[in-house]
Amino acid sequence: MTVLGTRTGVRIRRDHVAVLVTLGLLVAMFTAGSIAYPAFGSGQVVIDLFIDNGFLLVIAIGMTFVILTGGIDLSVGAVAALSAMLCAFLLERWHWPVAVVLPLVLLVGAGIGFAMGYVIHHFEIQPFIATLAGMFLARGLCFVISVNQISIKNPFFTEWAQTRIPLPGDMNLTPTVLIALAVLAAAFWTLHYTRFGRGVYAVGGNAQSALLMGLPVTRIRIGAYVVSGLCSALGGVLFAFYTISASGLHAVGTELDAIAAVVIGGTLLTGGSGYVLGTVLGVMLLGTIQTLLRFQGTLSSWWTRIAIGALLLLFIVLQRLLGSSRPGR
Amino acid sequence: MKTVTGHRLFWPAAVLVVMLLANVVVTPGFLSVQVRGGHLYGSLIDILLFGAPLILISIGMTGVIATGGIDLSVGAVVAISGALACYMISGQDDQGSVPGVLVAVGLALGLSAVLGLWNGLLVARAGIQPIIATLILMVAGRGVAQLITSGKNINVNSPPYKLIGGGYLLTVPFAVLVAAVVVALAGLAVRRTALGMLLEAIGGNAEASRLVGIRSRRLIVLAYTFCAVCAGIAGLMISSNISTADGNNAGLWMELDAILAVVIGGTALTGGRFTLAGTVLGALVIQTLSTTIYTTGVPPQTTLVFKAVVVTAVCLIQSPAFRAKVFRRRPGAPPPDPVASPGPADVEVRA
Repeated sequence: MTVLGTRTGVRIRRDHVAVLVTLGLLVAMFTAGSIAYPAFGSGQVVIDLFIDNGFLLVIAIGMTFVILTGGIDLSVGAVAALSAMLCAFLLERWHWPVAVVLPLVLLVGAGIGFAMGYVIHHFEIQPFIATLAGMFLARGLCFVISVNQISIKNPFFTEWAQTRIPLPGDMNLTPTVLIALAVLAAAFWTLHYTRFGRGVYAVGGNAQSALLMGLPVTRIRIGAYVVSGLCSALGGVLFAFYTISASGLHAVGTELDAIAAVVIGGTLLTGGSGYVLGTVLGVMLLGTIQTLLRFQGTLSSWWTRIAIGALLLLFIVLQRLLGSSRPGR
Repeated sequence: MKTVTGHRLFWPAAVLVVMLLANVVVTPGFLSVQVRGGHLYGSLIDILLFGAPLILISIGMTGVIATGGIDLSVGAVVAISGALACYMISGQDDQGSVPGVLVAVGLALGLSAVLGLWNGLLVARAGIQPIIATLILMVAGRGVAQLITSGKNINVNSPPYKLIGGGYLLTVPFAVLVAAVVVALAGLAVRRTALGMLLEAIGGNAEASRLVGIRSRRLIVLAYTFCAVCAGIAGLMISSNISTADGNNAGLWMELDAILAVVIGGTALTGGRFTLAGTVLGALVIQTLSTTIYTTGVPPQTTLVFKAVVVTAVCLIQSPAFRAKVFRRRPGAPPPDPVASPGPADVEVRA
């Protein structure tokens, strides 16, 4: 393993550098924010980051799996919108019980992921195109279900949206945050402590070698898309909890935010290298930018996009300079 | 028969013909073209007129994909170009002055070229994967467009500008003429000179091409610049057609449509051999689909579902793996179209 800074005695692995830079940037931005705006430096702002970006975090975690295998999933935003729409429709129009709707919605998300993974692996369609078709399909189905926004009045959902779990020090968080953290823990455990997780890295590193080593490449590759579909569906449900409504126009562009978060978190788009914890930092960094702009007040919302673009550039150039383990294409 | 179905343009052409025939069945007068008030008029002309921006962008995208790259930023460039042109024109005392419009158009196209140059340099000089390099501009570009328009829609009232996207010249829509000229020039450049072959060589293996003396980096930068200029022209057309620059929605998802058009046309995303004629067919397929949905009275929001179905169908038909599994080709028979059969390992890395 290549190491940097051996002389100082601190050994930093190269693939940790990007994650550490993200962390440093996050801390720096937060410190700057706290100095400029006294209200910024409170614990509640940190928790609000999780509350506001919980659904993005869950989606980005799913995206991390796919990108680690060397693929990409453009359908995540659309699948999230579809699952929110399905929730709203089944609960409000057909009055199905929540206990049936939620598992069904997650199953639909996993099903879409499986279908895309199957087509990508068995018919050798590029992930970009296959998940693009999935995106069109999911987004279109949203509009087939309902062209207009549906607001959710189901007591379970409204109750959930208002629930606050008190923490010491006048802080509180929503159950959404707990779900997002649970997903994070599960993803971390899966990637680092299970055979499937090892396989994800192996397939992303070199699918051919993984196949020759006897790894179940088919199952791993399709499995990654299933995880992503499942996470997107869950993200959509969390989004529905957050907004208590569903519309075909919700979560447009979420796929870009998710990909950006994964890349900023230090995961290589060529696959095989990266950490799910980096993705969390990436999501937090995107959230912090938005919060900073909100505190600042005079800068308009489009600066968010420009800032995200600039950050992407920074991290991509950084990855180039550090000399990723494989030549960039 | 085999030689016909084996031709690389067969499937996109077949899909287009089937779609047009379906339209004739539903709307008997679909194919008729009349001259009304000095303008050509009819559904076919509509398809060409509204398809012109997509054809332009797809042509540019074909060049980029031929080099083994991809350009996700074209939608953002569409928005930026339209925003800058409308901003310049709206700031003039006389919005109808031809020199003023020319300056605005020139500046917008110049900025588009610079953005393309930026993409090209990131890919060719900095060696960043095309999909990420252009993702930067895709994410930031729409912010830039809104920065130019200050987040508002800029309306212009300028007859010369209106000509670009909504005017007619010799009874033919001006936009269609522009698209036709660009397609013809691009076709001449790639098939009457060595340019096309060089692009395919780079797409096949950029490093090997460089070693045999092809200036691959320069050509890659050229491909991205040309693509962005095409997107810039398309942005002018779109904003001129509605006389409004909308930084938020102009060209939204256009990059995806353009990539689809290229893939439907039979150019593989892995780079190498490409076909401009196929791309034009692909763009027409997508535009015909949208027009069909409008004329048959299906709710327009469901367009996306049909698009998903068509994309899946066309891609599956073109996939040798799918044909081998479903149509049970004899084992050992060579795939009819080597271009569309990337190895699994290639797919892995590129996409």
